[in-house]
Amino acid sequence: MLTSDMAFGQSGQSGFSYFIYSLVGVAVLILLFLVVQVADNLLAVEAKHIGADNGKANYSIFPRFNELFSPKAPSFVGESPVTFLKQGHDILLEGAPASTTIEEGTVTTFAIQPPNFIGLSPIPKVLVEVGDEVKAGDPIFFDKKVTDVKFVSPVSGEVIAINRGAKRSISEVVILADKEQKFRALPAYDLDKGNREELVAYLMENGAWPLFQQRPFNVIPAPGDVPRDIFVSTFDSAPLAPDANLVIEGKEAAFQKGLDVLNQLTPGKVYLGLNAKGDAPAAAFTAAEGVETNWFHGKHPAGNVGIQIHHIKPVGGQDKVWTLGVQEVIALGTMLSEGKYDGSRVVVVAGAEISEPKYIRTAVGAKISDLLKDQTVNDNVRYISGDVLSGQQKTADQFLDFHDDQLTVIAEGDYYELFGWLLPLSPRPSVSGTFPNFLFPDAQFKADTNTHGEKRAFVVTGQYEKVLPMDLYPQHLMKAILVNDFERMEGLGIYELAEEDVALCEFVCTSKQPLQQILRQGLDTMREQS
Amino acid sequence: MKKALLNFFQRIEPDKKKSPFLHTLFDGFFTFAFAPNTTTAKGVHIRDGMDLKRTMVHVVLAMQLCYLFGTFNIGHQHYLALGQYTGLLEGFHLKLAHGLIKIIPIFIVTHVVGLGIEFYYAMRKGHAIEEGFLVSGALIPLLMPPDIPLWILTVSIFFAVIIGKEAFGGTGMNIWNIALLARVFVFFAYPTYISGDEVWVSALEGTSVDGIPTYMSAEYGWAHGFFDWIFSGVGWNTFGDGGVLVADGFTGATPLSLAASGGWESVTSVYTESQMWWGTIPGSIGETSKPLIILGAIFLIATGIASWRIMVSMVLGAVVMGMILNGVSPSEFTEATPGIFKFMAIPWYYQLSMGSFLFAMAFMATDPVTASSTNTGKWVYGFLIGFIGMIIRVINPAYPEGWMLAILFMNTFSALIDHYVLEANMKRRAKRTQVAVS
Repeated sequence: MLTSDMAFGQSGQSGFSYFIYSLVGVAVLILLFLVVQVADNLLAVEAKHIGADNGKANYSIFPRFNELFSPKAPSFVGESPVTFLKQGHDILLEGAPASTTIEEGTVTTFAIQPPNFIGLSPIPKVLVEVGDEVKAGDPIFFDKKVTDVKFVSPVSGEVIAINRGAKRSISEVVILADKEQKFRALPAYDLDKGNREELVAYLMENGAWPLFQQRPFNVIPAPGDVPRDIFVSTFDSAPLAPDANLVIEGKEAAFQKGLDVLNQLTPGKVYLGLNAKGDAPAAAFTAAEGVETNWFHGKHPAGNVGIQIHHIKPVGGQDKVWTLGVQEVIALGTMLSEGKYDGSRVVVVAGAEISEPKYIRTAVGAKISDLLKDQTVNDNVRYISGDVLSGQQKTADQFLDFHDDQLTVIAEGDYYELFGWLLPLSPRPSVSGTFPNFLFPDAQFKADTNTHGEKRAFVVTGQYEKVLPMDLYPQHLMKAILVNDFERMEGLGIYELAEEDVALCEFVCTSKQPLQQILRQGLDTMREQS
Repeated sequence: MKKALLNFFQRIEPDKKKSPFLHTLFDGFFTFAFAPNTTTAKGVHIRDGMDLKRTMVHVVLAMQLCYLFGTFNIGHQHYLALGQYTGLLEGFHLKLAHGLIKIIPIFIVTHVVGLGIEFYYAMRKGHAIEEGFLVSGALIPLLMPPDIPLWILTVSIFFAVIIGKEAFGGTGMNIWNIALLARVFVFFAYPTYISGDEVWVSALEGTSVDGIPTYMSAEYGWAHGFFDWIFSGVGWNTFGDGGVLVADGFTGATPLSLAASGGWESVTSVYTESQMWWGTIPGSIGETSKPLIILGAIFLIATGIASWRIMVSMVLGAVVMGMILNGVSPSEFTEATPGIFKFMAIPWYYQLSMGSFLFAMAFMATDPVTASSTNTGKWVYGFLIGFIGMIIRVINPAYPEGWMLAILFMNTFSALIDHYVLEANMKRRAKRTQVAVS
C-alpha cells in the first residue's frame, strides 16, 4: 500500500507499471480467497445438513476470531465449548476462610424478613404471634394479594419478636431456635405422577416458592407464571464468596432431585452455568442429568446468573426466566425427597476485620452477632449481608437476608486522607492503570468503605463496558433511566439486568454514581408500567 | 502534621449559610488537601480508588513535558529569530527566563479567570467545585501563541466557560471541548492574534530598514530587567534592551503555512525534518515537540485515561485522507501549479509530523465528555476527525490547519454517532430476544 501509493503519487511512468502489477497481484489473491471461502462454506452447510452443527462447534477451516486470542480452557472441561468472558475484574480481598471445613453453627436466633422479597406488599398477613411455637416449615406469613404463596419458618422454635419498620411495615419475624430441630411433616409428593399445577400448588403451600427469583426484575414469580427456562449458576465469582464445591458436598442427591423439580416447572430447559476457571467443579455439577451445562471462563461477574443468561439465551420484555442458587436447589430437592422444609444453609463468614474467617452450617436468616459469637471483631466495622459489591449493610443485631449465604465484615472508611486522591498511601483495589496494582496481580487488599472521592456527573466513558461482559451500554442505560425514557430503557436491555450485574460497574465508577440504586429505580418504573 | 492541618482546616471553615462563596471556596481547597471521609451508603460497599480529581490530574501530568519544552521553545524561537544563541543550549538561562515571562502570566490569567467562574457557579448552584477546569486550564495556555494579549485570553475564557460549559450545566454536560472553544473564539474574533506568520515568535515588533519592512525585538519589560539583574550578578549573559534586528532570511512562518504556499520544498528550505520532529519550530506553545506529545499520549493510554481507540482511528483517518490527497495531486509540478496541489502532494507521513496533529490527537480529541461515548462510536468519531481535519488543513485556502475545527465539528456530531450505535444495539437486542422467545 505504502510503496505503491508513493510511487503512484510521485514518480510517473515506472511507478504506474508497479501499480498495475500490484493490482493484478491483489486480484489473484482475492480470487484464491473466494475459492477457499466457497469450499469452506460448503463444508459448514454440510455440517448443518447432517445435524452435526449445534451452533457452538466450529466447522470452518478458519479459526474464529475469538478462538485465536482466547486463553486455552483447562483440561477438566474436555471437549465442551467454553464461553470466554474478557471483561470483568476480580477484587481480591483479605479475609477468605483458611480452612475448607464447615463448622456446625451455634446460631440461636433467626429471622424471616418480608423486605427481602422484591414485589411483596409491605404489610403481609402474619400468621403467628409472639410466644408461639413453630416447627421448621410452618407458615409465618403470606402476601395479602397472593394468598397462596406461603413464607415459612426456616427453623423450629419460639417466635420472640415481630419487628416493624417504617409505616408499620413488617421488617422481621424473629425466631429463637430449639436445640432439637422439629420439622413439619409434609405430605409426600411423587414427581413422576403429578402434573405441573399440582407441583406448583405443593411448592407454594409448603414454602418453596420464595426460593425462585424471576427475571426480569428479580422478583418472586406470580403463581400463574410459567418460566421460559430456568438458570442456575454453580459458582459465585464475587469477592470472598463461598465455594459452591464445598456447599454441595454430601448434598449431591438433593441437588439432582432439585434439578428434576425444576425440569417439571418449565417447558424449556434447565441451564447450569459451570466455572471453567480455577479448580474443577464438583461432579454433581458437571454430571448433572436433565440439564444443559454451559462453561464460563472469566473474572467477576462471570458467575452472575444474569451474565450467563445473556450468553445462553437472553431475556426480553416478553418472556420470563427463573433463577436459583445452588443451596436453593438443594432445599427444593430435600423437600421432595425427604418431605421436609430444609432451611439450612452453609454460610461463609469472611472479611479482614474478623479473627477467623470460616464456613458455618446454619439456616436462612441467621443473626449476625450469633455468627460472630466466637470471633474477635475490630472496632468501627461494617457488617454486610452478602458480598461487598451487592450486599446489604446490617448492624450486628440484624440478620442475613433470605438469598444471602455470605457475611462480610470490612472496616468503615470514615477518615480524611491527606492528598488521598493524588498520593494514596495505602494500597486499595482499583481497575485504574494509575495505581501500581497491575504489578501485583495476586495482591489481596484490605478494602474499606471510604468512597475515595465525591460524586460527580458522568464524565469518563467506556469504563463500565470494561467490567461488564455483556453486549450492553450501561452508562447510556443509566441515563435513559434517569430521564425516564421507556423505549431506550427497554431497548438498551434493562430487562437483562439485576443489581448484582451492575455492581462492579458501580465499583469502578470514577464519578461515584449509585448505579444499583438507579437500576432498581428503573426496574420499579418498568414493573409498574407492565 | 496531618492532624494539625486537619484541625486548622476545621477551625477556619466558614459558615455555609452566611457566606456561601467562602464556603464553596473552602470546600474546594479542603477536598483538594484531604480526600473526604464519606463512606458508601447504598449499593456497593467498597469503591475504586479512582476519582475525577485523580483522572484529571493525570491528564495534566501527561502535559507537563509539553509545558517544559514549550516554555523553553518560546525563548529559543525568540533568539533564533534574532540570530543569537542559535545553538539549542546556548543562552539556555535567557531562553528559559524569557519563556517563563511569557507563559506564567498566560497560565495565571487562565486559571484565575476560569477557576473564578467555576467557583462562582459552584456557589450559585450549591454543589462542590468540579474538576473539569483543571484540564481545560492546563490545555488553554498550550494552545495559544506566546504573545497572546491577556485581555483577549480573558474574554475567550469567559466565552468558553460560561457559554460553552456552565450554560449546559457544568462539567460533564458540555458539547464542545472547552479549551478548543476558547481558542476558536480567539480565532474568529481576533484572527490577527492567532493566525498568520507574525504571531508565533514572541516579543518581535515591526520596523523598517531603508523602507523595507522587517522585525526587531521589542523593548524588554521590567521582568526581563529583574532577570538581567540576577544574571549580571552571577556573571551570565543578559537580555539587554531589545531593539535587535532579526537575522537575514528570517520568516516567522510555520511549516504548514510554508507548505500551503509552496509544498514540501518550501518547508524543507526553512526547517529540517528533525527540527519539526523535535519541535524547535515556531507554533502554539505546547504543540511543537512531537516526541514529548507521544510520550504524553503513551502515558494516557497506559494509565487507561484516554481512549486509545480515538487516537488510533484518528491517525487512520488522517493517513487515509493523506493518501487520497497524495493520489489526486498531479505527479509533476510546473511553474503554474497552484500551491494547493503542492500541499496535497506532501507525503502523508510528513503531514502527521507537521502542525498540531499529534497534540490534537493526544489531548483534544480524547476528551471523554465531548467525544463519542460508545466504543464503536469512538472509532467512527476519531476516524472522521482525522479524515475531515486533513481536508480542512489542505484544501481550505485561508488557514493551513484543521484539527481545531474538525474536532469541534465532530464534537457536534458525537451524540449522533452514539445514537446510531445505540440504535444498532437496540435492534440487535430486539432480534436476539425474539429468537429467544420463539
